[in-house]
Amino acid sequence: MAKKRTIRSIPQARTPVREQDPQVRRHNFTEVNLGYDEAEALLESQRCLVCPEPACIAGCPVGIDIPGFIARISDGDIRGAYDVLARTNLLPAVCGRVCPQENQCEGVCIVGDVLEPVAIGRLERFVGDRAIAEGWARRPHIEPNPFRVGVVGSGPAGMACAADMAKAGCAVTVYEAFHLPGGVLRYGIPDFRLPNAVVDAEIEALRRLGVRFECNTLVGRLFTIEQMIDELGYQAVFIGTGAGYPAMLGIPGDSLNGVLSANELLTRCNLMRARDFPAVDTPLPLGRHVAVVGAGNTAMDAMRVSLRLGAEKVSCIYRRSRAECPARAEEVHHAEEEGIEFHWLTAPVEVLGDGKGNVRALRCQTMVLGEPDRSGRARPVPVPGSEHDIEVDQVVFAIGTNANPIIGQTSGLGLDRRGYIAVDDTLATSLAGVYAGGDIVTGAATVIEAMGAGRRAAASMKAYLGLSGPAAEGGSAGLFGLPPDQRNFVRLRVG
Amino acid sequence: MLQTQTEAGFEIVRREDFSDVTYLLAVRHPLMARAAKPGQFVIVMSHPEGERIPLTIADFDAAEGTVTLVIQAVGKTTREMQQTCTIGTHLHALVGPMGVPTHMGRAKKVVCVGGGLGVAPIFPQARGFKQNGAKVIGILGFRTKNLVFWEDRFRDVCDEVILCTDDGSAGIKGFVSDGIRQAIAAHPDIDEVVAIGPPIMMKACAETTRPFGIRTMVSLNPIMVDGTGMCGGCRVKLGDVVKFACVDGPDFDGHLVDFDDLMLRLRRYAEEEKAAVARWSETCRMRALLAAS
Ligand SMILES: Cc1cc2nc3c(=O)[nH]c(=O)nc-3n(C[C@H](O)[C@H](O)[C@H](O)COP(=O)(O)OP(=O)(O)OC[C@H]3O[C@@H](n4cnc5c(N)ncnc54)[C@H](O)[C@@H]3O)c2cc1C
Ligand SMILES: Cc1cc2nc3c(=O)[nH]c(=O)nc-3n(C[C@H](O)[C@H](O)[C@H](O)COP(=O)(O)OP(=O)(O)OC[C@H]3O[C@@H](n4cnc5c(N)ncnc54)[C@H](O)[C@@H]3O)c2cc1C
Ligand code: SF4
Ligand code: FES
Repeated sequence: MAKKRTIRSIPQARTPVREQDPQVRRHNFTEVNLGYDEAEALLESQRCLVCPEPACIAGCPVGIDIPGFIARISDGDIRGAYDVLARTNLLPAVCGRVCPQENQCEGVCIVGDVLEPVAIGRLERFVGDRAIAEGWARRPHIEPNPFRVGVVGSGPAGMACAADMAKAGCAVTVYEAFHLPGGVLRYGIPDFRLPNAVVDAEIEALRRLGVRFECNTLVGRLFTIEQMIDELGYQAVFIGTGAGYPAMLGIPGDSLNGVLSANELLTRCNLMRARDFPAVDTPLPLGRHVAVVGAGNTAMDAMRVSLRLGAEKVSCIYRRSRAECPARAEEVHHAEEEGIEFHWLTAPVEVLGDGKGNVRALRCQTMVLGEPDRSGRARPVPVPGSEHDIEVDQVVFAIGTNANPIIGQTSGLGLDRRGYIAVDDTLATSLAGVYAGGDIVTGAATVIEAMGAGRRAAASMKAYLGLSGPAAEGGSAGLFGLPPDQRNFVRLRVG
Repeated sequence: MLQTQTEAGFEIVRREDFSDVTYLLAVRHPLMARAAKPGQFVIVMSHPEGERIPLTIADFDAAEGTVTLVIQAVGKTTREMQQTCTIGTHLHALVGPMGVPTHMGRAKKVVCVGGGLGVAPIFPQARGFKQNGAKVIGILGFRTKNLVFWEDRFRDVCDEVILCTDDGSAGIKGFVSDGIRQAIAAHPDIDEVVAIGPPIMMKACAETTRPFGIRTMVSLNPIMVDGTGMCGGCRVKLGDVVKFACVDGPDFDGHLVDFDDLMLRLRRYAEEEKAAVARWSETCRMRALLAAS
């Protein structure tokens, strides 16, 4: 890099990204954001000040060397940029698309104090896409070891853990309950935000590392976590089964036909491809006027999918205001452009039926923001006498998830109060050799946090197996520093 | 580890046709054959474009390494499978065993009620109770004599079998609820009734036993997608409480279940299902015409 950049010398405006026209895209499932080309990426990369104490790194949940990869883009070394990214982020093409950058790296970027922050996410995606196109995620040299590692769940947490354990030389098998791998990336996030081709490419990269995927396998019921260690011969197990179990509306009328969870809508549409019904067999109920309750990423996806399936009108019902809306800023913006009708400060109180078991309307009530609640967000309080009906024929709820109970039902693993898997700082569970991370530990969170958890667990598993730390350096790679034939598993952890 | 899944899927090794609408498939899955317990179910996709449909595990044989499904051709998927699922073909996806196994408890005298297709899935439960040392009374209900199947298998594991047909062409004339009344009259010490069948039948069973206060478990069959607790499509009401049949069930206390809610929700996709069958029948007809010409 030639001259030191200053806030005055850099391009002042953020490089715009090409997008599909809102009026066109609201009828198709092709990606909305078309991504930077090389010239645009180069231009945007020049807005980074390469700060000596970069705030962005601290803002990133996994601490990516952001100025490091951006500087390489500036140098025209895209491959080098990928190598920097890949050191910390296994899924740059995914995270560049779906991370809530405005709350993370971009939210604290120094440039953002004066101008619009550097478009870190778009740059990350540019590099990630280039890597997929060029096949850079090739197989590194792997020194095989005798350990077998089982991973339960093929979402971002499981994928990240599997990649690291495979690179460490273990034989890794990923078990997935669905018939296709990818977790939420596959069944939840729609193609217009994250094309399936990107997910396929990431899975393929894992296969090239030697990771085996066993789909159609419901762990806990087909075999238990304990059996994986005792009978199936896994020395270490990672659980990344996600949050699942959608929370119910809990208002009168919520079991009428036409009321469904966003997860059901999205799974039918994305995983089962019901949007192509009748070419595929899975049906999807189509509403003319759809109300979606909630305003997180899941809610945004449900609204925009409904629109693309042909709904005439889609309304968002959210009990707080736009400022508190938890979805990614870009998604809310895109949803607004596409013509979603937002009802902020509105809470549903009852689903009204047509007398034949179908939805006729959603009765709502206006809210005002009161004192902050425990989460620090202003608590919405109903306005007396503000009840009003919104005519809808379908109600989709996206108001959060609870812990999936299957692993808890079928194993002796310690759970926390809310039913999520309890872990310590190293992500170890109450069973020796069994680690957990992602949404099944934290509750619904983000892709990057799940990915980070998978990698942290992998680091702990390597230490546990003696593949890193003192034992490995001492030369005798083995559990607790013991050679394999002297190992004796005791499934008890003191702690 | 036992390898069950091939590129093609899961192999069908046996098939029997009980009637022109009911057929049995035994599918190779050694691991599942070992893990399955009475009361559990699987989710099947017959081909990559197919729907995920839940089917009860009607039997499992660890030695043979198979699970058995008994299917009634009611709509697009199940009729199509009736034609395509022959011995040696493969199911695209088969996942399970799903659901909480039936709680066998310490019941000493149990009535196992199966209506129509429910006769198949109640069988492993009857056998399970028997193996647990209980006295088992089997009540099997069919519309008419030529639909009857597995009577002999029930006679093998039950201490008493009451066969009911709607038209009286076999066993007693009447519904399974009449059978239950007859059993209760003869045995005042029944601990538990387990019923599987169409919702309307399970509702009738629950109403029959309610005055007697006999614990009555039913196996619910709401529409499912994933079967892992992720979509909430299978939610059922027990009084005011909402449960997911795929992970909290499918067995629930019949005296608490809101059957009207269940029956209403089962009709959710009626339009799409009708259209799918119509389209499919049309395609079959066209194929037949083509083949004939
Ligand atoms: C619609 C939607 C949109 C989202 N949008 C964003 C976004 O824009 N940005 C963002 O950062 N985050 C987003 N999220 C959140 C993010 O996707 C999750 O935090 C993340 O995927 C969690 O990863 P995970 O690996 O823990 O679990 P998941 O991705 O949930 O994967 C878990 C996998 O485990 C499988 N499984 C479960 N139980 C078993 C079992 N017993 N045996 C075998 N397999 C099992 C499941 O089928 C699933 O495939 C979104 C979530 C949803 C639902
Ligand atoms: C736990 C459970 C166990 C079951 N066990 C058996 C069994 O052992 N044998 C058997 O023949 N059937 C069983 N069923 C019902 C079976 O799943 C449906 O008959 C099948 O899905 C119908 O598909 P179709 O396309 O042929 O018919 P469709 O035309 O799609 O539907 C016909 C009827 O089946 C119901 N149905 C449709 N899709 C589903 C779905 N995904 N899940 C549940 N019900 C649906 C509908 O309410 C409709 O009334 C079970 C259902 C559940 C939930
Ligand atoms: S804070 Fe912003 S300007 Fe500074 S290094 Fe990070 S991205 Fe570049
Ligand atoms: S089938 Fe989806 S939650 Fe039960």
